[in-house]
Amino acid sequence: MATTQLLKDLPVSKRLAKNIKRNFIERVIEIILMLSALTAVFITVGIVYILVTEASGFFSDVSVFEFLTSRQWSPLFEDAHYGILPLISGTLTTSFIALGIAVPIGTVAAIYLSEFASHKARETVKPVLELLVGVPTVVFGYFALLFVTPILQKMIPSLPTFNMLGAGIVMGIMIIPYIASVAEDAMRAVPMQMREGSYAMGATKFQTAIRVVTPAATSGIIAAYILGISRAVGETMVVAIAAGQQPTFTFNPLEGAATITAYIVQVAMGDLPHGSIGYQSIFAAGMVLFVLTFLFNIIGHLARKRFAERY
Amino acid sequence: MAQNKLNIKAEAKNLNFFYADGTKALKDVSLPVYENKITALIGPSGCGKSTFLRCFNRMHDLYPGNRYEGQILLHPDNTNVLAKGVDPIEVRMRISMVFQKPNPFPKSIYENVAYGLRVRGERSKSAVDDKVEEALKGASLWNEVKDRLQDLAFNLSGGQQQRLCIARALATDPEIMLFDEPTSALDPIATVNIEELMSGLKSKLSILVVTHNMQQAARISDYTAYMYLGEMIEFDATDKIFTNPSKKETEDYITGKFG
Repeated sequence: MATTQLLKDLPVSKRLAKNIKRNFIERVIEIILMLSALTAVFITVGIVYILVTEASGFFSDVSVFEFLTSRQWSPLFEDAHYGILPLISGTLTTSFIALGIAVPIGTVAAIYLSEFASHKARETVKPVLELLVGVPTVVFGYFALLFVTPILQKMIPSLPTFNMLGAGIVMGIMIIPYIASVAEDAMRAVPMQMREGSYAMGATKFQTAIRVVTPAATSGIIAAYILGISRAVGETMVVAIAAGQQPTFTFNPLEGAATITAYIVQVAMGDLPHGSIGYQSIFAAGMVLFVLTFLFNIIGHLARKRFAERY
Repeated sequence: MAQNKLNIKAEAKNLNFFYADGTKALKDVSLPVYENKITALIGPSGCGKSTFLRCFNRMHDLYPGNRYEGQILLHPDNTNVLAKGVDPIEVRMRISMVFQKPNPFPKSIYENVAYGLRVRGERSKSAVDDKVEEALKGASLWNEVKDRLQDLAFNLSGGQQQRLCIARALATDPEIMLFDEPTSALDPIATVNIEELMSGLKSKLSILVVTHNMQQAARISDYTAYMYLGEMIEFDATDKIFTNPSKKETEDYITGKFG
């Protein structure tokens, strides 16, 4: 104790003194970097704020109970009903079809690209697959409406022009490259020595891919699925164009139905007065969408933690 | 040396090996692997000893463009395992390998050991149970893990993981086991465990081990081969190599003048 006090009292030599200018510059840079990092946080907070304030206006007129239990959604009609269930059923049905297409095909494509394809094949297939990502979603929407649905109608004559099946299938095709690409990255990140261990035991390529590489990459593959789910739930143009705009409480893919996103587009394109209940209803719907995606992300996060790589 | 009759289990003859970029990594290498003996490969980094080891189970086939020339005869078949008509998977079924860094699979302890049996299509639960227990006992790991066979293999210590990898390799009754610097990632106590294990295993099979550690070669092996720049400089009984090598280069390496 005595010695430290003694040392404290010693004067600091000029050559060792704190460099005020240098420290100041460092501090400024740090603040600039922090602000850039916080931009995303501010924007998220802002979006949540707007959603909550506008939706609270909606919920002062409509009870949460009716919102969550009524099976009719017709906020713009004379006889208005405010049940979100039809929009949720539309969203979940189209997303479910899309994932039913994209998860298996995307996973198999990832396994092929990561474990089987030669260097040359990978360099050819991957860019083509990623080209799909660049196609505007409105093009996919008309692809569903004008190409896929007519083919489906040949097989199922009773299928209406606007239906969730066609929209879901095309949305699935759209999501394949996302899942394939992220899952492939996860598989390629599995260390080579783990594969060598499997081959050294006399395993084939397929056995190694299925029994060793895929379990080792589980956390990354789940991340790919979560990305796919978020894309499907939030996708707007395809369903707005091809699935129909009629809010119907149904899980039957052979019917048309509106999704949450399709409803938001429909209302936003109309000329509803600011502050009216119809206008506010899109924020309530938006908040449901936000909560849905948020839930999926949390589930995904927990699943990833459960299967985190430990090699 | 107690056994009077030496059988050759495998034999490299005038082996050359080329990596995909054209590098010639092995030059005219010949070496016998005696049955129920431990043969050590020593030499400075980059001398080709690991490359040589990985020829025996055709590991180089995993990477396109690699090329073998010459022979590795496997007995009693008297077949060149490098020949075009040989299926590398059949070779690996009989010649197993333990790697430098423990590389357990992302599975339970039990499933790691059962892997080779599953790959071979073994379906009988009791047969797999028996083999897993036998292999874990053979790798001196049974007592430590018998109450937690369903735990993830990554929860084991490094030394335990390496013994698990040995158990995994043992479970399918290989005829030859290849060890690629099996203790270089382990602490001294784990190293002693593995060395004792290897010495015990040779009654059942033949061992070829690459090691950086000359003392280790002297401790555990019956025969030692010294390699340098892709060539086999000298091969002889281990006591001969370490006490009275016939080549000047070997002596320089052994005595630490070089390498």
